[in-house]
Parts: sequence; C-alpha cells; structure tokens
Amino acid sequence: MSRELFRFKGGVHPPEHKTESNTRPVARAPVPSVLVIPVRQHIGNPAKPVVHVGQPVLKGQLIAAADGYISSAVHASTSGVISDIDLQPVAHVSGLPDLCITLVSDGRDEWIAHGPLDYQVMTPAALRLALRELGLAGLGGAVFPSAVKLDPGAAHPCHTLIINGGECEPWITCDEMLMRERADAILQGVTVMRHLLGCTDILVGIEDNKPEAIVAMQTAATQLDFAVDIIAVPAIYPGGGAKQLIYTLTGKQVPSGKLSTDIGIQVFNVGTAYALARAVFQGEPLISRWVTVSGHVLRPQNFEALIGTPIHTLIAHAGERSGATGVLMGGPMMGMTLPDLSAPVVKATNSILVKSAALFPPLPGALPCIRCTRCADVCPAELQPQELFRFAKAGDFGRAQEYHLFDCIECGCCSYVCPSHIPLVDYYRYAKSEIWAREKEKRAADLARERHEFRQFRLEREKKEKAEKLAAKAQAKRAELTAAPASEAAASEVDAKKALIAAAMARAQAKKAEAEPKNTESLSAVTQREIEEIEARRAKIRELARSPLESEKNP
Amino acid sequence: MLTAILVMVGIAVVIGLALGWSAIRLKVEGNPLAEKIDAILPQTQCGQCGFPGCKPYANAIAKGEADINQCPPGGEDGVKKLAELLGVEAKPLDETHGVPKPKSVAFIDEQICIGCTLCIQACPVDAISGAAKQMHTIIAAECTGCELCLPPCPVDCISMEPIAEDLPHWKWKHPVVMMKRVA
Repeated sequence: MSRELFRFKGGVHPPEHKTESNTRPVARAPVPSVLVIPVRQHIGNPAKPVVHVGQPVLKGQLIAAADGYISSAVHASTSGVISDIDLQPVAHVSGLPDLCITLVSDGRDEWIAHGPLDYQVMTPAALRLALRELGLAGLGGAVFPSAVKLDPGAAHPCHTLIINGGECEPWITCDEMLMRERADAILQGVTVMRHLLGCTDILVGIEDNKPEAIVAMQTAATQLDFAVDIIAVPAIYPGGGAKQLIYTLTGKQVPSGKLSTDIGIQVFNVGTAYALARAVFQGEPLISRWVTVSGHVLRPQNFEALIGTPIHTLIAHAGERSGATGVLMGGPMMGMTLPDLSAPVVKATNSILVKSAALFPPLPGALPCIRCTRCADVCPAELQPQELFRFAKAGDFGRAQEYHLFDCIECGCCSYVCPSHIPLVDYYRYAKSEIWAREKEKRAADLARERHEFRQFRLEREKKEKAEKLAAKAQAKRAELTAAPASEAAASEVDAKKALIAAAMARAQAKKAEAEPKNTESLSAVTQREIEEIEARRAKIRELARSPLESEKNP
Repeated sequence: MLTAILVMVGIAVVIGLALGWSAIRLKVEGNPLAEKIDAILPQTQCGQCGFPGCKPYANAIAKGEADINQCPPGGEDGVKKLAELLGVEAKPLDETHGVPKPKSVAFIDEQICIGCTLCIQACPVDAISGAAKQMHTIIAAECTGCELCLPPCPVDCISMEPIAEDLPHWKWKHPVVMMKRVA
C-alpha cells in the first residue's frame, strides 16, 4: 500500500557498513564466568540492591528493586553467587565507576520459576507494575523505563503507536536481525502495547536498506487480528530518531520542548517490543539483549548477550584483531568511547564497534569556525549549530537555551559535515551539562535559604515563648503568694515581689546547708589527732615531691 | 489663557492625588531589588562578604553600601550575574573577602565530639542533628559548606570534606580541542 511519507529537513548519508555484520546468523554468546551488573542502567533512579554478598541466586531472580516512579528493576542474568556489591568500572565516558552487583556464575544457568502473565485479565496498573518488576526498559538507546511509557495518561489519548525499526546509524544491525529472525515475537509485544495504550493506528517504520526485515515483518503482520502498517522509509541518518521517524510517517512535528505523547504518539524500539513479548508470554525479565559487534574484528556479527557480560569477552567471541585503536559503545555518529573494556554490557548497549586506523582515521586538528552553515543545513532538528557552538564556547548559556539547545538530539550530523572538523556535539553536551548543574545548584540554594529563614523564625519564636513562659510563671507565683495571706489584700506589688525573693533565697540557703558537710565543728580529741597526723603526712609528701629524685641527684 | 493654566494645574493636582494614593495603596513590601539580588546569591550564609548572611549582603548591595564582588562562594559567575542584574561592569572577585574553594561538606569526628551543642547553635541552616550530651552529626544533604561550625567547636572535631565527583554528579567539561597548525 502506498502511504504519503514526509522528508524531514537535513540529515546525512554516511557509508552504511551493514553487510559486515548482517550476513551471519545471530549467535548466543556463552555465559561468562563473572557478570558485573550495574544498578543504574536506565533513566531515573538507580535500582536498590535486595541481595547480599554470598547469596546464591537463580537466573532471572530480582537482585535490585525499582526505586521511585521512574525506575526499573534489575535481575540476575544467570544462576550463581553474589560475590560483591561495590563500585566497578562501567560504560561511561568519564571512566568513573558505579555501584554494581558482581555475580559469579555456577555454570548451571538455572532459571527461577516463572510463567506467562495473564495480561488480558490483569488490570492495566497491575500489568505495568509487573513489567516494572521485570526490568523492562527501552532498548533503543535512551533506556527509559517502559512501564512508565506504557501508561497512556488521562491528559492526551495515545492514538498512534510507532514501532521503530529504523536503525539508521552505520555499522549497527541488531534491530535488523531481530526483525528478520523474531518478527512474530516483536508483533506479540506490539499486541500488548496496543492493549495497554489503546492506540488505533499502529505503524512500523523500517529503513528501505533492510528488505529482508521488511518482508519478515509484513509476513508476521498478516497473522495478527488487527491492522499493523509495515512501512519502508528512505534510508537517511538520523531517520531512526524518534522525532524524525514520527515526522516521516505522520507529517507531525513534536513541538519544541514537548514530548511525542503531547501529540498523541508513542514510539517504541523493536527490541523493546521483543523484550515485552518475552516478559508477558514467558515471564522472563530483561536479562539479555541483541548486541552487534563489528568493525575491526575477525567475525563481525550479532550476539544475544547477557546483561553484565564484560565487553572484552564479546569482542573476543567475535575474534579480536591486533591494531585496534579504540572501542565505541554505539555507532560512529553517536557512540561513546569506552575508557575501560572490562565495563559490562548493559540494557543500553546496542553495539560494540572496534576502531582501527584504517576504518576510523584520526581526525585532523580543528580550525576556527568559518560560518559556512553546512551544519545548519544538515541539522534534523532545524537548529542553528553554528550559533549554539558560539554561545556554548563563550559560556552564554542563556542565549544557547533561547536558540533551543535542549531540542538538540546530539545526532552528530553537524560535526560530520563541519569542514573545520570542530567537535560540535561536545560543546552542546558541555552546555547542557552546565545548565543542569546550575539548575541543581539553584534548587539547593533555594532550599538553604528556606532553612535559614525558618531558623530565624524558630529562634524568634523560642525567645517569645520563653518570655511568655517566664511572665506566666511570675504571674502564677504572685497569685499564689497573694492568695495565702488574704488579710494582706492591700499588699503592694513591690512587697509581693520582695516576699517572693525572700522565699527564693531561703530555699537556696536550705539547699546549700543540705550539701555542706556537717561534721567539721566541735570535733572530739581522737578525731582531731587523726586529722593532724594525716595533714603532717600530706605535708611530708609535698616536700618530697618538690625535692629531686635520688636517681636524678647522681647521674 | 487663564483657563489653560487652570486646566494644567487641575490635571497636575489630579495626577498628584493619584500618585499619592497609589504610593500608599500599592506600596511594595520589602525591597524587590534586594530580593532579586538574594535570588542570585548562593545562600551559603557564611559571612565572608562581611555581612551576617546573604540577605543582609543583598540589602547592602541594593542600598549601594557594598560592592558586588565580595562573595567567594558565588564565584566569578555570581559577580557576572549581579553585574548583569544591576547594569554595572563585572569586576574580578575581591580577594580580601576570601577565595572560592571547592564545594565541601562538614564532617564531625564522633570519637572526639563531646555533645556541647555549640556547633548546632552556629549552623545557619540547621544542618546539624543532635542535643546536649548526645552525639552530633552533620546532615550532609543540607550542609552548604559555610564553615561557621568550625570555630565554636571546643574540641576541634569538625573537618571539611570536599565533595568528590561521582557518576551522578559528573559534568561534561569544556572541550579542549587540538587546533590544526597551518603556518
């Protein structure tokens, strides 16, 4: 069927490099001996560990529970024993470690008892809670907890569901292989999504450089009892970006600063749909994902890898080659350089790209910006990268925000075409980072101001209360004293006060007398003599203490 | 001619009355400029500027009694923001009031603490939890690093720990780019 497609502004056509890894069938990576599973793999609060060191766990057992609304659970990827819960290197550009649960495999790969969810009988809230407990998160790159995305919300009904099979970035083929080999399961996941979101229009966008995937999905779609549109979209980078795909398929633009749900559209990656199907129809938590290992390796291919597999293990399975100049997690446009290859595969790891000098020649040094605006021509978000670069460099973050810095999807098209080879995206990331840090500081400062003001108020209040209490006490005492001698009703204020003071002094004297020793006067002769002896002894010791020691006299 | 003068005087009287009425009825409480300045200041309440807190310093700047470069915790960035707000030239920080230090949080050595509550009374944001003869402890999330608790402690058990950068607080740094040599 022909459907009108729209062409978004900008985009580039880098060499695709898909055939290196999409000709071999997907292999199940062997279970590694040690798995390192970070608790922070998704957007939102990191999960909280619920196991302790030394505890044996089964495959699929919950090891960290979701914490807060935007969070997801984490599970053991194989059976074994928890050996550590501490900071370990993770896949982050800073090289800083993060809290991880280290699991030593027992080789048995034994599953915990699990079964399908009766999703049609469960309430939507119960189903979403179950999916959250099964660790479901978006596998398209942003890793947003899926349970939250599957809540349509009362504000905007979700009428269009888009399944993203774009995979526009070069070298990456995991989604393509998933569509070719697991099309039925993907569409099963779509069934559950439709059930939860209530969408009427379901579209699957696949780039036209994946003909086998398109055919496989179309064949699987004929088995469904509701309409799913499998649409081939022109291959262009970054056509697989959520906002770009929405525009291509529907002609609708997501307004600046808003989400796609505000225009009634929700987008999920094919990998997420597959994971959802495994969760609902098999009861399996998210403990593995398909990862492309490509670039400078002997056998570029896709693996079904367990979460927590050290990345160097996967590279070894693909056949390590000498001459590697670095490793990227992700693709060449948006990928992140891995500082440490012992970092584990996480839910966000879609691809491991091994670089070599031939495949990724080192970039020449940067030159000053010549305002050629090639970057503005290719920006798919219709921004002005040259202006954003200028403001970010100068530290003028207010202006950068006015030029819609936060609409930048960091696709890298601008730095790809820059004739001066300026790493533009790094400047935008720096600017966004600074702005977020400053907002955080401002919130902390506002809180500190509130606390300070409350403290001032509290001190004032305490002073007032104390004064009131004293006044009340004085009143009560006065009333007491004037009440007893009724005849002295004409007694003046001063007399009453004097009486109070005299009474208080008498009390103090009595207390002092109580504390004093009472046996120091009129002693008997025997006691007097004893006291004199003790005093003489004390005096002698004092004398001795003053004179030097025998040993010191004659050195 | 006379009517013209009378009309002008009449208008002046009416406008004068209107202004007088609005000066009383629409009077703004407090000093809005001082509040805007206070919103920029970092709320450390450390007193390094020479005033007993951020609000007094903000009031002084609004009245013109203090300069804008006396706040080390605000840093160069704070001076720039104040300069922008007040429409004056930004100037370098006045070193006589202190130098910017890395963000730190106070820490009480519990082996030494004697429970005297002097630090609790000194903390401007009530970030110390404790009572007389009970263990005192810093509520790290609320501590602004003002160091006002260090002098009163009679046993010198409080130290400042700089906040280490960890993954959730990591920031992208300003890119340092190798320029190409052309000549």
